[in-house]
Order: sequence, then structure tokens, then C-alpha cells
Amino acid sequence: MLLVCLLFAVFGLILGYAAIRFRVEGNPVVDRINALLPQTQCGQCGFPGCRPYAEAIAAGNADINQCPPGGAEGVVALADLLGVEAKPLNEEFGAPKPKSVALINENDCIGCVKCIQACPVDAIVGAPKQMHTVIIAECTGCELCVAPCPVNCITMEPLSTTINNWRWPEPERYHG
Amino acid sequence: MVNAWPFRGGVHLPGYKQLSMQAPIGTAALPAELIYPLQLRPGVNARAVVQAGERVLRGQVIADSDHVLGTPLHAASSGVIRGIENRSVPHPSGLPAPCLILDTDGQDEEWHYPSNADYRRLEPEAIRGMIRQAGIVGLGGAAFPTSVKLSPGPERRIDTLIINGAECEPYITCDDCLIQAAPEQLIAGAQILMYALGIWRCTIAIEDTMPEAVAAVQKALAAQHDRRIDVVAVPTVYPTGGERQLISVVTGKETPSGGIPADVGVVCQNVGTAVAVYQAVCAGKPLTERIITVTGHGVAQPQNLRVRIGTPIKDLIRQCGGYTSQVERLIMGGPMMGFALPDDEMPVIKASNCILAASRDEVRTEKQASPCIRCGDCANACPVGLLPQQLYWYSRSENVERCQDFHLADCIECGCCDIVCPSHIPLVQHFRFAKGKLAAKAETAAQAEQAKRRFELRNIRKEKENAEKAARARQKKEALAKIKSATTTTSGSDPS
Repeated sequence: MLLVCLLFAVFGLILGYAAIRFRVEGNPVVDRINALLPQTQCGQCGFPGCRPYAEAIAAGNADINQCPPGGAEGVVALADLLGVEAKPLNEEFGAPKPKSVALINENDCIGCVKCIQACPVDAIVGAPKQMHTVIIAECTGCELCVAPCPVNCITMEPLSTTINNWRWPEPERYHG
Repeated sequence: MVNAWPFRGGVHLPGYKQLSMQAPIGTAALPAELIYPLQLRPGVNARAVVQAGERVLRGQVIADSDHVLGTPLHAASSGVIRGIENRSVPHPSGLPAPCLILDTDGQDEEWHYPSNADYRRLEPEAIRGMIRQAGIVGLGGAAFPTSVKLSPGPERRIDTLIINGAECEPYITCDDCLIQAAPEQLIAGAQILMYALGIWRCTIAIEDTMPEAVAAVQKALAAQHDRRIDVVAVPTVYPTGGERQLISVVTGKETPSGGIPADVGVVCQNVGTAVAVYQAVCAGKPLTERIITVTGHGVAQPQNLRVRIGTPIKDLIRQCGGYTSQVERLIMGGPMMGFALPDDEMPVIKASNCILAASRDEVRTEKQASPCIRCGDCANACPVGLLPQQLYWYSRSENVERCQDFHLADCIECGCCDIVCPSHIPLVQHFRFAKGKLAAKAETAAQAEQAKRRFELRNIRKEKENAEKAARARQKKEALAKIKSATTTTSGSDPS
């Protein structure tokens, strides 16, 4: 009897210590969901960014098919992670489209900084009453800067293929 | 002579080398314009260091790059810089790209660099710097900067230099011609490379189907009495001329997967590169020309030409008597690893070793591919020891990542598996596609990671800003309240 009590006490101590020593910061499920999201931070899912959407999925407040930039592939990856059935993308939240980047027409820009405030990844440089421009390499193509522009000088331009980003095409598959 | 080790896989191919070996090396005429694509390698772009309208001399630097794998470009003749234009460039995509255009003035005036009769007075470090400044890259076809190969770092001990004269692809004879024309320069270049690496052993590897070249080097070596240098005739099996394959043939060592030849103590340089090093260090001449084989049954007079880098291909074809009626396709490089060109307006670059105007019979006709029957012939032919049938399986599936488990990155795209495949599956094309897909995925992941980081940092900044704003508002409120209470007290104590 005494021995059993002693064992209980020892294991209790070990468990208690382990709980402190190996404590996981944050929510690991949220991190893993967030890692599968495209990080465009576009908010098309209805949440202000990819991480908030990941938190909502983890909490059961959002479905896995609300991310158009992630596409069908993204839904499948999320379904695999969470052990649920994959489903088609919910059209209510938008359709996937090819990656494009924002382009500011620099002749029309009045320097109002509204787009700079809207950009979720700080990809627009500029100052009040100075011309603004987009850092193409940082732009995720979220389109959040388009609506706030009072002079409609921001357009979304699809990325063109150059010899720097060209890839070999898939050869024709055999038929039959 | 030293013995050669056997090597795994490979295929025997008919050479067709006599076609371009009938005439001695010719000199290509000075073209009206020289074209320099500013993309040096995938992902490495040079920027122009001259202005439009500026007159430049032959050998003057016209573009340079700060990238580790960047090397300067030099004007190949004197003339006036027209500017940067979008032109078609020798690239498998066939897409146009920015090129620096030089209108030649016919005077061919040269920029004089100091020459060094005795390179031993220079520090190895200085020689590496000169090689970089001279714009020298591997002339075998990969165009990897030579100075980078000569700086393997202190953790790798180099003991052997291999000079690659194993021109294994059919049709190409530029290395054979160069060895026969300038064996002394080749040996001098090898000596400079050995000095720069601080080593005492060099093997010049030449294929056993090039006996004249072997004899020329042996004769030049006998006159030099340099016992550090050996000549070895390696068996003619495609792709012996591949860097890793040649290292295993000459030394018996296998370069590890994902490693570099320096990991097994070897540095390998093409014969053309060795001659270019001699020209740069001893004669003060930067890399502005190279030997190119213009061959195939689609051109009237196949031959080897000494060509200024930047010369349009159409000028070379014209000099070789133009196209014949049989011409079917223009290929840059050999029939195995080259790629088809959409037109002949584009220039030759440092990596161009051959222009093949292929006739109908010479083109590897794309037969209708049938299903893989898993015969395993491709695995026997693969010189790297990969399993092409598995790679093919996974490159066609949605799960391209599985290709990495079968070492897709080690595929040298030599095309041996294509040749032996009884189902005519274009395996290399599938592997190139899979490599591109993997690279695109990695790029997207890196971009997503970057966007995530920037989004998080922005949120932290916003929170801080809001907290500061709130703190300021509170302070203001408190200060106001203080003033208010002070005024009420004063007004209360007013003895009116």
C-alpha cells in the first residue's frame, strides 16, 4: 500500500515536472495549419490574415475550404493534416486565379498612403504626398490595396514569364 | 599514361566527328553587331557598366555582377554601345531577354592589360582574381565560374587537377581541334591552374578516339619535362566527358550525391578553360572568343571556328556556306544535351560549344511514347546509378516530392535513358519538368515564409503603435484633468 502511494507520488512529480519542462508555447495545431496556408494575407476567407484563419479552423469556427489562393491542393493538404474528408473549394469566398502583383500607376498616385496602411506585408514604399511603389518581390497579390486607392491607380498585373522564372513544360503524356 | 577505371552505365554512340574535322580551325568574320545577353546563369544577371553611345575597346568590361557566381562580360571588338534591347537569346524557353548591343566599328582596337611572362611571381589569390576579372567560366558547356572552382575552401584538400578533353557528345570537335592547335597553351594553362590550387598532380584526359590530340599533348609534354602532368586516353563511352563521370574514370573516386568534385579532392576544368586561363594570366587577354563547332548535314561546310562571343549564329552559318536543303532543326550544343533554337538571330555565348544544323535524319524524332514496361534498361544505362523508371513514375504523379527520395537532383540530364527506352518515353523531359516543379514549390514556400514573417512583424508593430497611442491619450487625459482640477481649485480660492 505504502509502495503504491510512493509510486503515485513519484510519477505525479515526474508528470508535473514534465508539464513545466516540456511545455509547448502557443498552439501547435494552429502553427501546422498556418504552415499549409499560402500566406497571401488576403482575407478572402473572412479572417484578417492567414494566422487568424488557422486559429479559426483549429477552434472549429471555420471550414477548410475558404482559401481561394490555396486552391484545391491547399484544401487537400489541410484535410490530410486534420484527418477530415477533402471537399471542393467554397465558391462564396472567391475562385483561385493565377498569381499577380499590384502595380501603382506612378503618374496618377497622389501620395495618400492609404494603400500603405492596407498592405498586410509592408510591400509598398512611399511617404505622404510622395509617389508610392510596390516591391514586387514582397507583394503577395492580396488585392487589399486596390479598393482603398482614392484615384484608382492600382491595378493587378499577372506575373510575366521571363527566362528568369521559366520552367520546362510537362511533356505530352501518352494516350491509351 | 595511367590506367582508366571502368564506369557504370553510359551508351555507345556513333561519333560523326569527321564531319567538322576536315578543315583546320577557321576564324569567324567580325560581325556588324555583337549581342551580350545579360543573364549569365539561371538566377545570375549582370548589369551594364557602360553607357549607351560610349565607345569601348576589345577586352574592356561592359557588364559585371556582384553575385558569387557572376563574372564580367568583355567587349569582343571595338565599337559603340547601342544600348540594352530585348533580343532572342540561347535559352531553352525561346523567350527574349535583355541584351547589351555593341555596334562594331571594324577597327578591332584592343584594351591592353598587363601581361605576366612568369605567373609564379604572382600570389595564387591574385591569379584567381585575374581569372575572375578575365570573365573565365567553364567552356565545356556549364559556364560555371572558374575562379569559384579554384577556391574550394580550407576544409577541402585538393590533390588532383583533371583537364577534361573527353568530348563525349557526338558531332562536337571543338576541344579536339583546340588540343591539336595549341597543346603548349593547354599545358601552360594546366600549370597555372595547378599553381593556383597549390597542387602537384594533373591528368589530361582525352578520349581514345582522338589519337592525334593525345599525340600532340604527349609531344608538347616531352618538350616541357613536366613530370607532374599525365595524359590518359579514356574509353569513348557517352557521357565520359561529364565531370563526375570523368573523375570516376580517371581516379576511381565517386563524387558524393549533393557534393562537389572538391569533396573527393579533385578539380576538373575543360581544355578550353585551361587555354583561356593561359591567355588571361600570361597574355593579359580576357575571354572574348572561343572555338565553336558548326556542324551537321544541314550546313554546307561544317567546320570549327574561332568565334567572338556575342556573334549572331546566322553570321556563323553564312560563313560555313549557309544551310543545305536538308536542314531540319538548329540545335545549340550536341544532339544529346543541346536544345533546339527557334531562330538564328541569337548570339553565341561563353557556354556555346556547338551549333548543330541537324538534317531530318539527324534529329531524334519524337516517336509516340507508349507505357513504361519496367524493363529496367534505363537503370542499366544511367551513368549516375539512378532509377529512371521510378523517377518517371513519381514525376508523373501528383507527388513530385517523392522524386527527391530517388535523388532527382543528381540527374545530369545526359539522355542515356531516353536513348535506350524501348517505349520512347522522353524521360529527361519529364525529369526537367519535375525539377522545375520542385524548384517552383520551394520558391513558393520561401515566399510564403517571408510573407508570414513580414505579416507577423507588421502586427507586432501595429500593436506597439496602438499601445503608444493609447498611452499618449491617457497621459493627455490625465494632464487635462490635472489642469482642470487646478483651475477649479484656483477659482475656488479666488477671494472675490
